Amino acid sequence: MLDFGVRFALTVSQIGVVMVAVLLTVAALTLLERKVLSWMQDRMGPMEVGPYGILQPVADGLKLFFKEDIIPAGANRVMFMMAPVLSLVPALIGFAVIPFGPNWTVEIFDVEFKPFIISDINIGILYILAFTSIGAYGIILGGWSSNSKYSLLGGLRAAAQLISYELNVGLSIVGVLLLTGSLSMVAITEAQAGGFWNWYFFAFPFPQAIAFGVFIISAVAETNRVPFDLPEAESELVAGFFTEYSGMRFAFFFLAEYANMILVSCVATVLFFGGWQAPFTFLQGTGSFMWVSGIFWFAFKVSAFLFFFFWIRATLPRLRYDQLMRFGWKVLLPIAIGNIVLTAIFAYIFPGS
Amino acid sequence: MVGLDLFSDYLSSYSAILIFIIIAFGFGAVTLTLSWLVQPKYPETEKLSTYECGAEPFSDSRMPFPVRYYVIAMLFVIFDIEVIFLYPWAITFNQTGLIGFIEMMIFIGLFVVAYVYAWRKGALEWD
Repeated sequence: MLDFGVRFALTVSQIGVVMVAVLLTVAALTLLERKVLSWMQDRMGPMEVGPYGILQPVADGLKLFFKEDIIPAGANRVMFMMAPVLSLVPALIGFAVIPFGPNWTVEIFDVEFKPFIISDINIGILYILAFTSIGAYGIILGGWSSNSKYSLLGGLRAAAQLISYELNVGLSIVGVLLLTGSLSMVAITEAQAGGFWNWYFFAFPFPQAIAFGVFIISAVAETNRVPFDLPEAESELVAGFFTEYSGMRFAFFFLAEYANMILVSCVATVLFFGGWQAPFTFLQGTGSFMWVSGIFWFAFKVSAFLFFFFWIRATLPRLRYDQLMRFGWKVLLPIAIGNIVLTAIFAYIFPGS
Repeated sequence: MVGLDLFSDYLSSYSAILIFIIIAFGFGAVTLTLSWLVQPKYPETEKLSTYECGAEPFSDSRMPFPVRYYVIAMLFVIFDIEVIFLYPWAITFNQTGLIGFIEMMIFIGLFVVAYVYAWRKGALEWD
């Protein structure tokens, strides 16, 4: 019984730490995105709240918290109220299987405990794929239940886009699974140990660089970011599926989008860039220093991906919807299938590497 | 690990996920409730009407939409199931040897045939 209590307390505190870290990162990202975009356009960005505008996220959060929550007259109330939560929860719980640091086991009061991963299930990557698809329900329900034409169109576009690009995400990671032989995020990270040439982006026998390209493009589309932000294209659909949302529910959709961005960055880091491993083993450190450098390298790689998201937002114009669908189905899909076949052939010729 | 050990291992790793789901839902519910308690509530007809560029909404929004979306959804279901079939093969690739390799190449061949058929039928066009 004591075992159970200790394990429960440890798990809950671990989940608390991860959730707070994710939400704080989201808060920082909302500011950083505006700052990075501004600097790229030779502007200052938010400067009013606090020194250099660093308290802007706090001000935004407080404002949204105290705003009236308007439910439009014709809306389907229950679904309208549920949709933001349904899109936020899958974005958060995906972090349960991400290894943030070395796969250590420590004993606290005779209970085995892994400090850097909440739950090392052996189907980790499948779990993430499954729950990110549930996130699409929140978006579709939100768009449909608002009883607004903009929301409906935004929701429909989001649905078609999300399922089209989900297919490409699913196909692009098969190559990595072939080389690893496991769906567990921990096993995938550990298979890439020993220097950056072992990361699946570069690895022998068949570098997964093409798969990574397909994955990251599809990930941008999955998170509804520019240049694939058709579901919320402000010049044609006002705000897309969350046109009718206000106050905290609006904030939830916003949180979900950014949490999803962090999640796909984490997944890209683990699958293609060795997770928490340093590019050279001597940079990894030894003994108890390993977890510091592990978390540092993980955060560094994830930040690089997040910067990439901002960067393409400043660079690329938005696609037209037919271009978007054609690109997903007729360009990315054949490339992803070709990558699987080539990886299989190379992995068969050079087994055990 | 055999039998009960394996089971309790599964139980502890999946119960952590269950706890996470409950906490995430709880976070959502608590935040929305607190916000609902402090926010102003002044409903009026104009404010509650849906947004249509400032004009009065002139019809119900649950209108018919293009069948294209439905076709895409059906294609997704078919292809996604095929993708899921690829996963167990990819995991056991080192153990299934030449037979597994050839069988899966045939399977991917069927995948490609279905894909080319959908393409030639115009199911992937968006006009």
